[in-house]
Amino acid sequence: MSELASSMIPAPLQVVSARRESADVVTLTLDAAAQPHAFEPGQFNMLYAFGVGEAAISMSGEPANPELIVHTIRSVGAVSAALSKLGPGDVLGVRGPFGAPWPMNRAKGNDLVLLAGGLGLAPLRPAVYHALAHRADYRRVFLLAGARSPSDLLFREELARWQQSQQITTLVTVDHANQDWKGLVGVAPALLARIELEPLRTVAFVCGPELMMRFSVRELLRRGIAEERIYLSMERNMKCALGFCGHCQYRESFICKDGPVLSYQRIQPLFWLKEA
Amino acid sequence: MSDLDLLKSHPFCRGLSEQQTQALLAAARSVHYPEGAVIFREGGAANAVYLLLTGRVVLEQHVPGKGDVQLENLVGGDLLGLSWLFTGARWVLDARAVEATDCIVLDAAKVHALMNADAALGLALAQHVIMQLYQRLERVRLQRLDVYRGDR
Repeated sequence: MSELASSMIPAPLQVVSARRESADVVTLTLDAAAQPHAFEPGQFNMLYAFGVGEAAISMSGEPANPELIVHTIRSVGAVSAALSKLGPGDVLGVRGPFGAPWPMNRAKGNDLVLLAGGLGLAPLRPAVYHALAHRADYRRVFLLAGARSPSDLLFREELARWQQSQQITTLVTVDHANQDWKGLVGVAPALLARIELEPLRTVAFVCGPELMMRFSVRELLRRGIAEERIYLSMERNMKCALGFCGHCQYRESFICKDGPVLSYQRIQPLFWLKEA
Repeated sequence: MSDLDLLKSHPFCRGLSEQQTQALLAAARSVHYPEGAVIFREGGAANAVYLLLTGRVVLEQHVPGKGDVQLENLVGGDLLGLSWLFTGARWVLDARAVEATDCIVLDAAKVHALMNADAALGLALAQHVIMQLYQRLERVRLQRLDVYRGDR
């Protein structure tokens, strides 16, 4: 079968576990032992809920373990709602991996700032795993994560573990909280003010809702980080995931093929346009 | 570190001359708040400005039926209290130390007098407060837009 054909046909994979992260977010772990599924941090798969349709979902698991594919999914539409209902033993279709990953090599020798908002933590988690597994390649590693409220935080146990780690500086904030919450309150981009940045030796990866990324980019630029040192994971509606159909076209770029991770320098002319 | 050195180290005093900082020192006192201490409450006289040195403070608003809602944290280097700039103003939020907090407290009336006597100092401090206000406004806008609802 040609590479193109194989990338168009979903492989049936079984769900090993379904972990509820919050009221509407679930993390599915899929068994790929028969067909190890190597990927790079930031890439995505097309997940097929049989009889419903496909959706592009980023990998959120450990890149060093290609036998288990992990996806974190928020139930927001018909396909993601169907995927969110799957449990152990259920089967779904997987095409991928697709797309341009986080430029882990570009960040080597630099401080690495990973700034996540909401579900944006999922596509950044493989970058955290990678940075921790190759810790000597990077100077300081910062994970700055924001969520809507404490109950919306993803990967809570892991975040708590990273907050105790000497290998990574992890700051977590929520937009809204009552008095039970003992952590930080405020928006994710404001966490940049909580760390000492060295702009000439920093590379930043940002993932979250586009509005959160706009605020984040503004804050990074204000703090002296150059455009070419900022990378964003963009999101558009994807269909073929191969750069053919044009559904995810972002003027001259296709988010599925050229992205989803793109340098801010590349997309800067479009980034502030209302309809791009 | 002396109170003067602490004052000089705070961003609020960045760009001020030695003489201007010395003048502010006359309005300053060091204060320590243990964890859980209430620093000021909504409705109280906004008669001081707090330059946070260490620790963490939360700004809160009491919402009937929901209790005290946390709005934002401030930490060392931040300015706590913006209402003091206007004579006779009252605090519009509660401020509570969520961690043991050290700060320099400036008497608002004395700072007003210094700002009136030295136009350059007045402009510098007003600009600093406006910048803080502007940045807080940006953060509040993002918070209010509730961007994570329904993101995927």
